[in-house]
Amino acid sequence: MKLRPSSLFLGLAFLICGCTEVTQIGTSVGVASGTITQGQAQSIKRSAAAVEKTFQDITPEQEYYIGRSVAATILTTYKPFDQEAATRYVNLIGQTLGQASGRPETFGGYHFAIMDTDEINAFAAPGGLILISRGLLRCCRNEDALAAVLAHEVSHVERQHGLKAIKAGRLTNAALVVGTEVAKNLTTQELAEATKAFEGTINDIFSTLVNSGYSRSTEFEADATAVNTLRRVGYNPEGLVDMLQEMQKRLKPGSHGFGSTHPAPKDRIDAVRKILGKPVSIVDQPVRKQRFAAALSKI
Amino acid sequence: MMRKWLVVLGLLLVPSAVALAVNARMIVQVQRGQIRATPSYLASVLATVPYGVSVEILQTKGEWMQVKSLQGQVGWMHKSALTTKAVPMSSGSTTAKTGATSDELALAGKGFNSDIEREFKAKNKNLNFAAVDRMERIKISPAEMQVFLQTGAVKPLEGGVQ
Repeated sequence: MKLRPSSLFLGLAFLICGCTEVTQIGTSVGVASGTITQGQAQSIKRSAAAVEKTFQDITPEQEYYIGRSVAATILTTYKPFDQEAATRYVNLIGQTLGQASGRPETFGGYHFAIMDTDEINAFAAPGGLILISRGLLRCCRNEDALAAVLAHEVSHVERQHGLKAIKAGRLTNAALVVGTEVAKNLTTQELAEATKAFEGTINDIFSTLVNSGYSRSTEFEADATAVNTLRRVGYNPEGLVDMLQEMQKRLKPGSHGFGSTHPAPKDRIDAVRKILGKPVSIVDQPVRKQRFAAALSKI
Repeated sequence: MMRKWLVVLGLLLVPSAVALAVNARMIVQVQRGQIRATPSYLASVLATVPYGVSVEILQTKGEWMQVKSLQGQVGWMHKSALTTKAVPMSSGSTTAKTGATSDELALAGKGFNSDIEREFKAKNKNLNFAAVDRMERIKISPAEMQVFLQTGAVKPLEGGVQ
């Protein structure tokens, strides 16, 4: 077999550079030496780019649009509980925690809504749209406990757990139009392809959030991150334990929501206790107690 | 007297040395990047910088970056608002050329964007996007957060907010 100088160069280049750079160098060499046409070179570059797309390539803007559609899908199954005082109170605490988290700036910011269901459940759509059920709010006996619930959901957004639920390979078709080199209008075919990938993406995240849940380690990670965020703001992280104890009392085994998608409250309490050490009782400040009761008395 | 001048000289030299070391530009990757008075999430917002517009990085402090906007506004932005990667649109010049509002331009990215959402909505007319739009309208300002935390005596046990 005769070794072409261009092949030798490609081999060396592969050893020296990253994959994308090799594709660029390789295709340039190929075109220059006449072994491939310009059209083929473009095609190789496109497929190489397609293979490389993962959740990490999703920009905050794309994450925002994914999150909007995930939230719209969830809010079709679970109707929103439109009580202004309660919703505003949850947003005051939740948006503050979002700002104090390790990821204060998402494309569209953190926003919270209450779902009108007795089910104990909560969802964090990518980008910061967070939904909490009335059933879960009833597990919170004070503001510190409510802050803990919200901080846990903020942590899912901060750590991009939702995006990690997108199945491998899902973004390869979409990748053809996900590139960021030049802004342009999509052709009809590109739009159709991207929409298909988008639907699949929404479906992957929705079914993970609603049906299967994240892995146990992902939930423990969200609890640990929540403890940090609570401390930064000044809420007592014992609120998380308090809420989980109440949840344990209320949760029916095998029930929808946290009963099937989250580790047992006891396991979460044990893991959080290791981080917190000796229990410190929650001092319920009079103003906090009063505003908590005023906002959530009809929950 | 001499000591006083040395202190002044020192104060002048330290920030410029940091600025020289960093001296880079980054691009806003969120809808409205917030420039704050101090490196804290409770600090007041001095100005906002739209998606896709670059800022000059003067220095970094933990997760915060001191920036200077194209309009000359100096303040602090959290690193999560900024990227070194190109975002799918150009900066201020495009705004002037097309006459589009920053919101319209913010929606002009490629891939999973407003075009895709429109297609998705058309195919799934039952989905509750109205509720999502209502959620997004609720915005709590840093001043409201500060009052809420103060009145509830919510404060970090040690160190304070970074």
